[in-house]
Amino acid sequence: MRMTTPPTDPPRRDAEGYRVPEFGSESHWDPSWAECVRLYNEVAEALSASPPPAVDDQSSDWSRRQFVATVVAAALAIALTRRVARAEPAALPRPATTSGSAAAVKLRVNGRELSLDLEPRVTLLDALREYAGITGPKKGCDHGQCGACTVHVNGRRILSCLTFAVMQQGKEITTIEGLAASAGASGDALHPMQQAFIDHDGFQCGYCTSGQIMSATAVVREPWGPADDDVREAMSGNICRCGAYPGIVAAIQAVRKASAADQGGRR
Amino acid sequence: MKPFDYTAPASLDEATRAGARPATRFIAGGTTLVDLMKLEVETPEHLIDLNPLGDGDPSLGTVSELPNGGLRIGALARMSDVAWTANVKERYPVLSRALLLAASGQIRNMASMAGNLLQRTRCPYFRDTATPCNKREPGSGCSAMQGFNRSHAILGTSEHCIATHPSDPAVALVALGASVRVRGPGAQPSAERTIPIASLHVLPATRPERETVLNPGEVITSIEIPPLPFARRSLYLKVRDRASYAFALASAAVALDLANGTIRDARVALGGVATKPWRSTAAERALIGKRATPATFRAAAEAALRGAVAHRDNAFKVELAKRTLVRALTQVSA
Repeated sequence: MRMTTPPTDPPRRDAEGYRVPEFGSESHWDPSWAECVRLYNEVAEALSASPPPAVDDQSSDWSRRQFVATVVAAALAIALTRRVARAEPAALPRPATTSGSAAAVKLRVNGRELSLDLEPRVTLLDALREYAGITGPKKGCDHGQCGACTVHVNGRRILSCLTFAVMQQGKEITTIEGLAASAGASGDALHPMQQAFIDHDGFQCGYCTSGQIMSATAVVREPWGPADDDVREAMSGNICRCGAYPGIVAAIQAVRKASAADQGGRR
Repeated sequence: MKPFDYTAPASLDEATRAGARPATRFIAGGTTLVDLMKLEVETPEHLIDLNPLGDGDPSLGTVSELPNGGLRIGALARMSDVAWTANVKERYPVLSRALLLAASGQIRNMASMAGNLLQRTRCPYFRDTATPCNKREPGSGCSAMQGFNRSHAILGTSEHCIATHPSDPAVALVALGASVRVRGPGAQPSAERTIPIASLHVLPATRPERETVLNPGEVITSIEIPPLPFARRSLYLKVRDRASYAFALASAAVALDLANGTIRDARVALGGVATKPWRSTAAERALIGKRATPATFRAAAEAALRGAVAHRDNAFKVELAKRTLVRALTQVSA
């Protein structure tokens, strides 16, 4: 049992002729992986060459030794990968592009210009998370049903999983990472909505929270009524599996009341 | 998702010409199409992005007055913007309400008005490429007929398809007698035509894969709502499994012209129960000239659901639709 390096050229194609995504090609190819493969094969060969121990059933013994080889090699590989990961904490894996139709897509995210090499089929969510390393927008359902991927485009809340990145060029995209700065906060200061979610226990596990907060900050600018029920209706596109809804409603109402009081004070 | 090439056309001419090619889809909001492309229910090879056209022609994305006193809604106008437009809220509350009860805040910010009319059904068998579906794969059979068909249609069905048209705004628009302006490939002005929304969608009959009368390359450029003064007294009532963010099990769009308790004119359409946005002229006839009483409303509901065909799990919709319509008429006449 030998492990081989991932194919790089020519590209693999499925039955319909589409190029099969390759985890190991080009930008993903890391010399440490070659080292893992070499170590694995050395260990596997050393073990299979050694005389089998005295047991009754040789065939099952062979598979047992192969299993041992796999475990040892896997342990080595994991150790090696960790070492590499420690050495380069900032390096994010960049998915390989899978077709010649990938082209430069220019996105403006949190005030920064990004140029990403993307196929048209890459959603805004995947572009942000997998290509730009902006992981605040979360992938919950990936079908527009949960709201975890909510971001702002030109100040409006949208679902980044239901649009292609190539369609969002020239627009101002804001994620949770840039929310506070977009409202004028500096340094590590939180957006008032972020602080309100903390103050009112607006989350438990936190997975839906960036989407909830991005949605909530847009909701306070939309012409909804003042009641808790209006908030619930306005926020119905954001699902929280922990059930932190009472805290979320309280947080949003606190921000709405504070901003109404601010405006009243200025008048 | 299958790969595709992407085009941002510079003009409507370019868009319609490019859109007439086989295996091509237009994209605007993308909220239906991107979802269905992920499921590989939709596998276009070419995608034509209509959004850039709105930069060159802002009327494609805005609401404006028509000379006849009606409203023109640009095809690229987003659902939330239309719902909150003062003219729409005041003159056609049924449409504003239908828009706000549809989808979620994020989706309403993305979805275009024309795309909403052209969205595909939510039938779970249509969305599941592992099951037969005449709409997705003509001739393969209808899984819903013998399957779990609680969400399916009871009006306008055929033995080949019982998929529900999911739109809320389309139900309001068909009640208001609205039309779409359509632009196709080819020389002007022969390339332009107007289609009443009541005739835009077609019944499944023997060809469920054909959902509208639009030809390849044809693009909806606007929605035109005729003046209908009594539509100031109109509403949309939606009944669903949860309070928000769900498709209708039954819905009713109603407008009444009332004078001293007598109904002079009426508009009635139903959603969540039919294979296309379902205007019921039978219910309107049952209302016009009658007193606005519970008995009149019930008679209209009976007329609207006459001919309904239920399947194993959706028989409840017959009575639900009747009661939804009665309640809508009761509320709008109050």
